[in-house]
Amino acid sequence: MSNTLPPNTGYVAAAYLVFLFILLIYIAIAATRAARVERELAELLTKAERRSPSDAATETSSQ
Amino acid sequence: MPTTKSLYGRRLPGYAIATAIVLTGAIALAFFYAPIEVDQGFSQKIFYIHVPLAIVTLGGFVFGGIFGIQYLRSGDTRHDLRSYTAIHQGLIFCIGALITGSIWAKAAWGQWWVWDEPTLVSFLIVFLLYCTYQPLRFSIEDPERQARYAAVFAVVAGVFVPVNFIAVRLASPLIHPRVLGSSGGSLPNDMRIAFYSALLGITLLFITICKYEMASKHSRAQLAALRRNLSEENDEPAAVRTAAPRIAIK
Repeated sequence: MSNTLPPNTGYVAAAYLVFLFILLIYIAIAATRAARVERELAELLTKAERRSPSDAATETSSQ
Repeated sequence: MPTTKSLYGRRLPGYAIATAIVLTGAIALAFFYAPIEVDQGFSQKIFYIHVPLAIVTLGGFVFGGIFGIQYLRSGDTRHDLRSYTAIHQGLIFCIGALITGSIWAKAAWGQWWVWDEPTLVSFLIVFLLYCTYQPLRFSIEDPERQARYAAVFAVVAGVFVPVNFIAVRLASPLIHPRVLGSSGGSLPNDMRIAFYSALLGITLLFITICKYEMASKHSRAQLAALRRNLSEENDEPAAVRTAAPRIAIK
């Protein structure tokens, strides 16, 4: 097996890395959004529990 | 009318898995099955990522226009969301196509950009045209007007895409290779298999990302509706101005 790379390998690698980079940036943005949704849901859950403590107590005792 | 049911997340895992399998297979075919092209050598491998990105970009813009027509006909905000997502994702894929194309141009022609090549310049014009879509939406505060004007833009620009494509193909001074067509577009079978696999993989990626985006926007709209329901009357959060479609959840 030859150890020499074909000419223009760098350009080919760069093109595919650009594609991968865009995809990874997108995943990072999606992850940030998912974390925000999770945080907001937790806030709302806390708010809902504060609003109806009797319901929350009933739920806890039934588990 | 959007409901509280899951509208956009259905079949999303299936699409994601199919995308991963087909795209990985396509890249493997491009590097290990398709032969090295005689004229351009190894740099021709960029073709398997650049051309599908460009085709899917233009397809996304056309679908944005079709959903725009559906919105104008029905007034259903789901079509506005679909149109917005197709154009938004098309723009991201367009950036990928422009960058990979520029790298390929440097490898094949020795220049990052060729201004007298109609294919490149027309693609750049389409990109710049669609760059105005988000600012247009953002500049309109009323959600109904925003959706209507954006749909009109999507239809007009969506018609421009195939017209532009045909005009470029009729132009004579071509150095940009033709992939699909009656003349000059004959790929050897092994290259064709790799190319169509890559095209399918990128198309699946586009659909997966669009479905994910719509599911994500829908879940955030549901979250906002939940917050409204739990808030006290004087605790109502102020409406935030955004370019994205607003989904009404009852």
